[in-house]
Amino acid sequence: MKHIVGKVVLLGFQGVGKTALVSRYVEKAFHPQKAPTVGASFFTCKVVKEDHIVTLQIWDTAGQERFKAMAPMFYRNANAALLIFDITSQLSFDSIKMWVQELKGNVEESMMLCVVGNKLDLNDQRQVSREEASAYSKSIDATYLECSAMTDQGVALIFEKLAQGLMRLQGLSSTLKIYEDDIMASSSELEATDIANEETVNVSIGSIAHGNTVNGKCC
Amino acid sequence: MSALEVEPGAAPESGLVTTDTLDNFDEMSCSLEEIKNENDATQEEETNDNTINEQFDDNGVNDNEFVNADEEFELNKEWIGKSKHVFVLSMAGKPIYSRYGNEDKLAWLFGVMQTLVSFTQSSDDCIQSIQAGNTRFVFLVKKPLILVTVSKTRESESQLKMQLHYVFNQITSILTLTRLNKIYEQRQNYDLRRLLSGVERLIDHLLTFSEMESSIMLGAVQCLPLASSVRDTISSAITGACSKIKNLVFAILLANNKLITLVRMKKYCLHPADLHLIFNLVQASESFKNSESWTPLCLPKFDASGFLYGHVSYLSEDCQACLLLLTVERDVFFTLSEAKQKIVEKLRRSNCLEAINESLGNPGESSASAGFVEIRHYLYKCKSTAQFYQPNLSPPYAQSKEPLIEIYKRAHHRLHNVSRPLKLIFERSANEAILAWDTKGFELFVVFEPLIDTSQAIVLIGKLLNWIKKKEERLFHLNAPTF
Repeated sequence: MKHIVGKVVLLGFQGVGKTALVSRYVEKAFHPQKAPTVGASFFTCKVVKEDHIVTLQIWDTAGQERFKAMAPMFYRNANAALLIFDITSQLSFDSIKMWVQELKGNVEESMMLCVVGNKLDLNDQRQVSREEASAYSKSIDATYLECSAMTDQGVALIFEKLAQGLMRLQGLSSTLKIYEDDIMASSSELEATDIANEETVNVSIGSIAHGNTVNGKCC
Repeated sequence: MSALEVEPGAAPESGLVTTDTLDNFDEMSCSLEEIKNENDATQEEETNDNTINEQFDDNGVNDNEFVNADEEFELNKEWIGKSKHVFVLSMAGKPIYSRYGNEDKLAWLFGVMQTLVSFTQSSDDCIQSIQAGNTRFVFLVKKPLILVTVSKTRESESQLKMQLHYVFNQITSILTLTRLNKIYEQRQNYDLRRLLSGVERLIDHLLTFSEMESSIMLGAVQCLPLASSVRDTISSAITGACSKIKNLVFAILLANNKLITLVRMKKYCLHPADLHLIFNLVQASESFKNSESWTPLCLPKFDASGFLYGHVSYLSEDCQACLLLLTVERDVFFTLSEAKQKIVEKLRRSNCLEAINESLGNPGESSASAGFVEIRHYLYKCKSTAQFYQPNLSPPYAQSKEPLIEIYKRAHHRLHNVSRPLKLIFERSANEAILAWDTKGFELFVVFEPLIDTSQAIVLIGKLLNWIKKKEERLFHLNAPTF
């Protein structure tokens, strides 16, 4: 059995339900109105698919603007990005586009992109049409899925697609870890998504200024 | 009065910065550069080339525009009745935070505050406070922000000002002072709320904390009572797992707003004010409970110019103590995650998790159950270690804590009154008697039954101090372990 360990980063505007989505899948629970994520949270989960075990190492990032400068630390060497928006908020959809630009500009390795429209339970307040979102996803070579973290609709499918996507990445990505047997994988799991050798990603004035990048050496 | 040689809770070395009164709140140290320079003289400085260009749009801030006139009136009535308002604005008068209500609707009010500040500044003066009937308006002008509180509580001016300092530090802790200053250097009328979304919660929580707990007033922290051998085992488990990790500055284990242990890099101490911000962050962020987190965090008293990075996690499902590993490196999450696993394993093997749970489950001794029936409650602060102890609440305060807190705040204010500080107060009213005593080594506030007489009170205080001394190893964190 082959074991794949891949790093996944969740990106998206504040309040779109990134944490709700991942905890719905990992913990099988939904916590309404949770406090916003501070920095980033780390989750792992396993998906078994055909003859593969896929371990997802998930970085659930905070959506607030002040944490934006921290994002490269998490999307760097990531094998997949889940770009999440709220179908009832056009603003959150626009924010996805910005993330995609940033990823395209900064990540060289091939990476699976998956756009997710969350809050399907609020379909009657929808602002972003399925057609628009799916056309955009197609244009950037991304999978498009919709779900509701609250009702659990479509959540499992996202993680299955992720696992499939990572399986397809074998041989195309140098950062994806593949082990022929299970023991090796679990022993070196922690190094699998080494985020060392990080370049400057401190939260800096540069990220809020008006186009001018300022050398924001904080510490 | 007492035959003690050393005051209870004192230790030769302290992991916390010693605090005396409300002074030196403006002092901040710059420890980060020092650590960096010392530890990686060889490491090349990276140049920061931040490639993120951001679009500026002011969406997402103005939500509830549509409130009809009736609702607005209700809001106002309720709003005016609040016992303490807190406002934060920029020097240019831009609203940043209001404890109650929507800042945008209060723009006119922020305008008034800004005018008052700039008017006094124009004559090289600085507005401090205004008293109108039972309402006190206190201003703190701390560039680049203005902080104002409008309070009907009985807290003194200096206590209110202290709370404003904490609010300022909370904002600094999110952004760093360097960045805060730079933002306004570049754009005077920047809307800081863009960067502070979600932080309102932290400030709200901090204000409640400062009103309902004595720790901020005392400038001290309370420890979770544990046998000293258990506490030492916990500290050495942390030291053992972390000693080889470079640039780890502090390891803090806390539960239920109480400190379990603090391990630090040699040479560096943590200021209680910074620790209070950490307590507040942990308490207000439920999101830490479900997973390991990695978060930037600035400790303004430690170094207001930069971030520490924190690995934050709860020990385990069955032990709700929160461990923070704070480092100056921004990319060592997995190293610290591994260290945490090792720590938990060790604590589990040595039954420390159980010991922590046991202490957390135990409501603690009330002063009556410790044999002091005439004493309703007390606060004892050891100055040299910046720690305090209080017994469990008992009647008549078990139901509502506010009257007790008010008694303490009043006594604390009289003891530390700037124009006329006192050493000893004994005051009897129809409801209770209070004794407040400020010595070189400790501060003590004791609330007695109202019929107690002076000599009896003095005897009891002596006994109480002896009792605390006897229990000090359990009640205080007397070692200051280092990595």
